[in-house]
Amino acid sequence: MFDNFVVPDLLPAAPEIFMAFMALAILMIDLFVKDSRRALTFGLVQFTLFGSLGIQLFTSTGTVDYTFSRMFVDDMMADLLKMFLYITVSVVLFYSRSYVIDREVMNKGEYYVLALFATLGMMVMISANHFVTIYLGLELLSLSLYAMVAMNRDSIMSTEAAMKYFVLGALASGMLLYGMSMIYGATGTLEITGIGERLYAGGVNKAVLTFGVVFLVSGLAFKLGVVPFHMWIPDVYHGAPTSVTLFIGSAPKLAAFAIVMRLLVSGLITMAPDWQNMLIILAVLSMAIGNLAAIAQTNLKRMLAYSAISHMGFMLLGIVTGVVSVGGQLMLNPFAYSSSMFYVIAYVMMTTGAFGMILLMSHAGFEADNIDDFKGLNKRSPWFAGVMLMLMFSMAGIPFFVGFFAKFSVLQSVVAAGYMWLAIVAVLFSLIGAFYYLRVVKVMYFDAPSEESPLVAGMDMRVLVSLNGLAVALFGVFPDYLMFLCNTVLAMSFGT
Amino acid sequence: MSNYPLLSLAIWLPIVSGLVVLATGTDRNAPLARMLALFGAVIAFLVTIPLWTGFDVAQGGMQFVEIKNWIPRFNINYHLGVDGISMLFVVLNAFITIIVVAAGWEVIQEKVAQYNAAFLIMSGLMNGIFTALDGVLFYVFFEASLIPLYLIIGVWGGPKRVYAAFKFFLYTLFGSLLFLLALMYLFIQSNGSFSILDWHKLPISLGAQIWLFLAFLIAFAVKVPMWPVHTWLPDAHVEAPTGGSIVLAAIALKLGAYGFLRFSLPIAPDASHELSGLVVALSLIAVVYIGFVALVQTDMKKLVAYSSIAHMGFVTLGFFMFSAMGIEGALVQMVSHGFVSGAMFFCIGVMYDRVHSREIADYGGVVNTMPKFAALFMLFSMANAGLPATSGFVGEFMVILGAVKFNFWVAFAAASSMVIGAAYTLWMYKRVIFGDVANHHVAELTDINKREFAILGVLALCTLWMGLYPQPFTEVMHASVNDLLRHVAISKIQ
Repeated sequence: MFDNFVVPDLLPAAPEIFMAFMALAILMIDLFVKDSRRALTFGLVQFTLFGSLGIQLFTSTGTVDYTFSRMFVDDMMADLLKMFLYITVSVVLFYSRSYVIDREVMNKGEYYVLALFATLGMMVMISANHFVTIYLGLELLSLSLYAMVAMNRDSIMSTEAAMKYFVLGALASGMLLYGMSMIYGATGTLEITGIGERLYAGGVNKAVLTFGVVFLVSGLAFKLGVVPFHMWIPDVYHGAPTSVTLFIGSAPKLAAFAIVMRLLVSGLITMAPDWQNMLIILAVLSMAIGNLAAIAQTNLKRMLAYSAISHMGFMLLGIVTGVVSVGGQLMLNPFAYSSSMFYVIAYVMMTTGAFGMILLMSHAGFEADNIDDFKGLNKRSPWFAGVMLMLMFSMAGIPFFVGFFAKFSVLQSVVAAGYMWLAIVAVLFSLIGAFYYLRVVKVMYFDAPSEESPLVAGMDMRVLVSLNGLAVALFGVFPDYLMFLCNTVLAMSFGT
Repeated sequence: MSNYPLLSLAIWLPIVSGLVVLATGTDRNAPLARMLALFGAVIAFLVTIPLWTGFDVAQGGMQFVEIKNWIPRFNINYHLGVDGISMLFVVLNAFITIIVVAAGWEVIQEKVAQYNAAFLIMSGLMNGIFTALDGVLFYVFFEASLIPLYLIIGVWGGPKRVYAAFKFFLYTLFGSLLFLLALMYLFIQSNGSFSILDWHKLPISLGAQIWLFLAFLIAFAVKVPMWPVHTWLPDAHVEAPTGGSIVLAAIALKLGAYGFLRFSLPIAPDASHELSGLVVALSLIAVVYIGFVALVQTDMKKLVAYSSIAHMGFVTLGFFMFSAMGIEGALVQMVSHGFVSGAMFFCIGVMYDRVHSREIADYGGVVNTMPKFAALFMLFSMANAGLPATSGFVGEFMVILGAVKFNFWVAFAAASSMVIGAAYTLWMYKRVIFGDVANHHVAELTDINKREFAILGVLALCTLWMGLYPQPFTEVMHASVNDLLRHVAISKIQ
């Protein structure tokens, strides 16, 4: 009776299985943990993240392994992105810890468990090789995040943000599903690499397919938060509790990058001329609106939200230039995708640090989320003013910080692909972008402090934020290792 | 001597000492911070001296070369070297850093460690610009040097410092971003090399050369600054603290001019010939028109700032004469301007520290209360006006000589600036220094102390040395300038 049932190879999915098991276990264990002993839950969550990291390291094979009837793929890109994911989530939770403790409604086991489920969702997204898997991962992530945004249930802002996030997120998921169904209609398969093969073989109804691609890209644009599908970003970033904003703003970008790679490069590479033009429009609009709107913000979270939009737009440029049409022949530019990957990783590093700084400045009953809250920080704490300075200049793309080399490598592939005008547009908007990052530096260094009290953050927080800032500088002086890593894993995963 | 990585030391010693100074923390440790900064600046200056003494004047190519793989992914190298064009600026920069640290000794009482650290780090970064032979390395230093100067203007500057700091940063960033794209284009054209020396040999079509030239022009013109993108400079100068003004005038302005010699002329020689008329015209406007603008200034710092623009006009003019006389004259002018404008800004700083005004109208009869100061200020004013036997004369004279060969009327217009320069500088000097004691502020003035006297004395010696015996300065340039000219004369169009 089990003749046709083959036990799938579980090893490629070992970290996911471990994560799922631990998340469920922690959910149970936490029931017996008193609020005052929440550190235990926190410790278990960190253990889970590092455990997954360890499993990932030990099960990494360097080959492309499919399992669960090719619905799930474990390649080097997935391995690397997931490792960054664990580290990011771990750092994010460390940053949020004192913030969460200070706000009692949030200091529940659910907060940590939801974070783990979200992480699991992202892991599934990163390793998805099937439309259903992608959707599964995406919804697991999104639903966890909706709940996390609404966690501070007494706050009207948070509730509103959660509503907005949920409605728009559901709409985006709908679009993504609709696009997927169209592509399924055209190719007759839901498996991403299979779609790639069908398209390569030809004989596919182009109209239906293009229709599907449009919806798919729109859905992705929603999830990435690029213009014109960006409306939820500022409100959600602003309204969510800062620790949740930090979560939303950092790790999911890694997963979003992965599904863009899976869908557009693994699956729809032959459709590149179609989606490239769409991405160019999305990228240019994002850089324009993101950078221009950020100037007008007085709230730092909102400013960083618009900056996220512009950064994602910039990142898309690398995806755009991955395939170059040379005399009608499509040529792969292998460095372009790795430049985008480098950009995403660098961005996550910077944005984690920036929100970390907000959390570090916040304390019970005080949210340091206005730009003016950073007034005169140089007087109160020269060291952390320096850290924020590094983060801001890095985001603006000034050397010697990692943000410069992120922009540099993406721009290099744009120029190499022959899109000189696009490169000029990109740098001009970076110039505009420099203004609002400079303003944060101005507030910290040039203005007198409005309160003289020293910072109250704990030692672990201080050390981590400092390390985060130093990492931005370190990878800015020695970016090569990370660049090489991105290059290699993409070459091993996509054979580019 | 060349066994030591002298250039790396020249870059990283100031940066590391800057970080050490930064570590002294709050103003309680201010005396320690000052001592450490001075110590770091002096050591950093000492390591640059062997560059000059050990320099082989017969050789036009790069010396003291260091090369290491930095970012293999893009074939970017940590590639350093100096030739006769850049070497003097490394030494000058290290020298001016000592002056700057000394200049802020008593005046700066707030955030002393950060102040000195910013200047030391900036000094190291600027040495990086002068010595980098890799396009990206150059760019990285070029761009990173904006950060300390932004902070210097914004934190220790005058009342409109925020506006000035932003304007300075965004203006120069705008220029350099297009420059970055030009570098990337060259990277692709040269089949994956960021080496500036490789680019010198790279054949490029005229159309592409013109685009490259324009991209370079925007980047460097903003930095020089050339008319009409000069407007950030007076703001930055006026609002910057004395040290900031000195560094800005003495070194930072030279970066743009240096860029012309390292990038524009050798990489796009045909476009340089083609568009030399444009640059010459812009330079002459700077020399003549900005000269007149300087004449009507009521603020001393602004006046000297505008005179800097006019002097830098001479420099760019000299470059685009395509003659040894013109280029060497321009280089001499750059070094001389480093001493003279640094000294001028310091002199104004000396008065400002006492009276807290930069308005010419607030002074008069200073000679009665500050005779020693008046004498030294006289020397620098004369040098600024280009009086023979001062360093200011040598460069201007050489450029005008070069210009006569190029075109008489260009030379005529350039020479007229000697008159205008004399007019605005000496008129300002007259109004400030001579006459009766104007008000009680002037009456209460005390003459310069030992520290100020030492700084001005050293600068005066340099000015006179260069004016009377410019040989040691010019002899290191000959071989490199001749190489450059030979290179520029050959068309790169294939």
